[in-house]
Amino acid sequence: MGELVVDKHVKYILSVEKRKDSFESVVLEHLRMNGAYWGLTTLDLLGKLDALDSNEVIQWIMKCQHESGGFAGNIGHDPHLLYTLSAVQVLALFDKLNVLDADKVANYISGLQNEDGSFSGDEWGEVDSRFSYLAICCLSILHRLDKMNVEKAVNYIASCKNVDGGFGCTPGGESHAGQIFCCVGALAITGSLHHVDKDLLGWWLCERQVKSGGLNGRPEKLPDVCYSWWVLSSLIMIDRVHWINKDKLVKFILNCQDTENGGISDRPEDAVDVFHTYFGVAGLSLLEYPGLKAIDPAHALPVDVVNRIFFQK
Amino acid sequence: MDAEEHKLPLSQNPEWADVTPIPQDDGPNPVVPIAYKPEFIETMDYFRAVYKANEFSPRALQLTHQAILLNPGNYTVWHFRRLILDALGIDLNEELEFMSGISENNPKNYQIWHHRRWIAEKLGTDVASKELDFTKRMLFLDAKNYHAWSYRQWVLQTLGGWENELNYCHQLLEEDVFNNSAWNQRYFVVTGSPLLGGLEAMRESEVKYTVEAILRSPENESPWRYLRGLYKNDPKSWISDPQVSSVCLKVLSAKANHVFALSTLLDLLSHGFQANQEFRDAVDSLRPSNSDPPDSDLAKAICSILRHVDPMRVNYWTWRKNKLPLSV
Repeated sequence: MGELVVDKHVKYILSVEKRKDSFESVVLEHLRMNGAYWGLTTLDLLGKLDALDSNEVIQWIMKCQHESGGFAGNIGHDPHLLYTLSAVQVLALFDKLNVLDADKVANYISGLQNEDGSFSGDEWGEVDSRFSYLAICCLSILHRLDKMNVEKAVNYIASCKNVDGGFGCTPGGESHAGQIFCCVGALAITGSLHHVDKDLLGWWLCERQVKSGGLNGRPEKLPDVCYSWWVLSSLIMIDRVHWINKDKLVKFILNCQDTENGGISDRPEDAVDVFHTYFGVAGLSLLEYPGLKAIDPAHALPVDVVNRIFFQK
Repeated sequence: MDAEEHKLPLSQNPEWADVTPIPQDDGPNPVVPIAYKPEFIETMDYFRAVYKANEFSPRALQLTHQAILLNPGNYTVWHFRRLILDALGIDLNEELEFMSGISENNPKNYQIWHHRRWIAEKLGTDVASKELDFTKRMLFLDAKNYHAWSYRQWVLQTLGGWENELNYCHQLLEEDVFNNSAWNQRYFVVTGSPLLGGLEAMRESEVKYTVEAILRSPENESPWRYLRGLYKNDPKSWISDPQVSSVCLKVLSAKANHVFALSTLLDLLSHGFQANQEFRDAVDSLRPSNSDPPDSDLAKAICSILRHVDPMRVNYWTWRKNKLPLSV
C-alpha cells in the first residue's frame, strides 16, 4: 500500500485546467461552484489552501450571486440550493462570510421551504431530502436557522426513513448512502438525531463495506470512493464508525490514487476527477489519516473552519 | 429550420443575424477553469442572448434543444425551455417524445426527470400508463436507476396505475432477486397501494413470498430486511410467527451463507424469542472448531460465530455480544 501523495494531489487540483478532458469540462460548466468547493476544501484539508489567491475566488463567487440571494453554479446562471451551499462553504473556508448579506441568502433559502416542511432545490420545485440538508447546513453556517420552520423540516426528513433504518429522497424512496448522509447531517445539525435508529442504521451502513474494503451506497452495488464520505460521515454522526474496518477502507482509498499525476478515482484503475479526489481525501480525514486536517462530518468543512463559525462570534 | 441551416454556425446563419451573442464570464483566473469546445461556446453565447431577452420563439426552442444536446445538465436551459413551451402552447405529448430520445443517453440526469415530471403533471392521469412504460424501459437499461424509481413512485402516487405494480416487482425480482430497488418498490406497493389493503392484509402472502426468496439465496441482504419490515410496529407477531424462526432454522441447517439467518435469529432472541433445542443444535454445529469453548448462552454463541464468519464487521458483532443481557 502506498501513502497519500499529497503534493501530487495539490498539483492535480491546481492544474485541472490543463487537462484536455473536454467532456468533463462541459459537464462541470454549470456546476463550477461545486467544483470550487470540492477543489478548495481538498486543498484546505491538505493544508494548502494558500496556494490560491482567495480574492479572485471570492470575487468570482460574488458574481455568481443572483438578486434573489441564491448562488448559481457559474456567472449568469440561475441560483440553486446546491450552489448556494457550496458558495457559502467556500466563503467560510476563506473566513469571508462577512462579505455576504446573510439575511438575503437566508431569505432565499427559507423561501424554498414547502408547506410539508420539505425543501425545493430552486424556484421550479424539485423536492428531495438532499435539499433539506443543503438548506439546513447553509442556514446553520449563516446563524439563521431561525429563519426556517425547523420542526416541520425535521418531520419531513423523518418521513423519509425506511424500515432498514436508512433514508430515501422522498417518503418511500430506497435507502441510499448519499441520501442518508443528507438526512443524518440535517438531523445532527438541528439536534434531532433521536429520529435515527442508530443501531439499525449503523448496521446497514457497515454492511456497505465489501470484500475489497471499499464501501457501496446500496446493497449489491459496486464500491465507490465517494461513499467513503457519505457512509463514514453518517457513521461518525451516529457514533458507530468503529463498526467498519478502517484499515481496509484506507487501503481501498489509497489504491484509487493516481500516484503519478495526482487525483483520486471512484475505483482502482479508473480515471480521476475533482469530485472523487475530494471524497477520497475527506474520507481519509474522517479516518484520521496522518497529516490531514480534521473535517466536520455534518457541515462538510474542516473542523477549524466550523469552530471559527460557531465559537468565535 | 431545415437541415442545411442547422449545420451552419449560428454566427453565419441569417436567421440569427439580429441576435448579439453574450459570452460566458468565468471571472478572473478561474478556480475550476473550463476548456470549452467552439460549438458549445457559440450555442451558449446565443442562448444567453435569447434568455436575457426573454425570447419565447420557435428558434429559441430549437436553440434550447441544441444546448441540451451539448450539456443536458444545465438546468437554466431546461427552465427556459419550459417557459417557451408554455408561451408557445406546444403539444406536450410531442415534448414527451422528444424527452424519450434524450433520456436513454442521460439516465442519471436530474433535469431530465424533473422536466418530464413537469410535463406529466400538466398532461394528467391520461399519461400514467405511458409514464410507467417509460420508466420500465429506463429500468430495463438499469434496474437500479434511482431517478427512474423516484419518478415511478411519483407517477403512481400522483397519476395512478397501481394495478400491475406488484407483478412488475415480481418480474424484476425473478430477473434479479438481489435487486434492492425492486424490494424497496415492493414495500412501497404493499404499504401504499390503494388496491391491496395495506401491510397487515398483505403480510401472510408477502411472508411466504419472501421466505421462498430467502431460501433461494440466503446470502441476499434485501429479503431479510424486507421480512423484518413486514412486521413494522408489530414486533410481537414477528417473534411469534413460526415462519420467521423456521426460515432461520432452515438456512442454518443448510450450513452455508448463514450470516443473515444468524443475525435475524439474534434479533429474535434479543426481543424475547424462546429457542428450542433444534435451534441450539443448528447453531452449535456451525461453531468453528478452533474457537473458544462453547457459550452456554445461545445469543452469545451466535455472536461468536458471526465474529468468525464476518470478520469485516467483527467490532459490530462484538458490540452485539457485549450488549446482551447477562445469561442466567
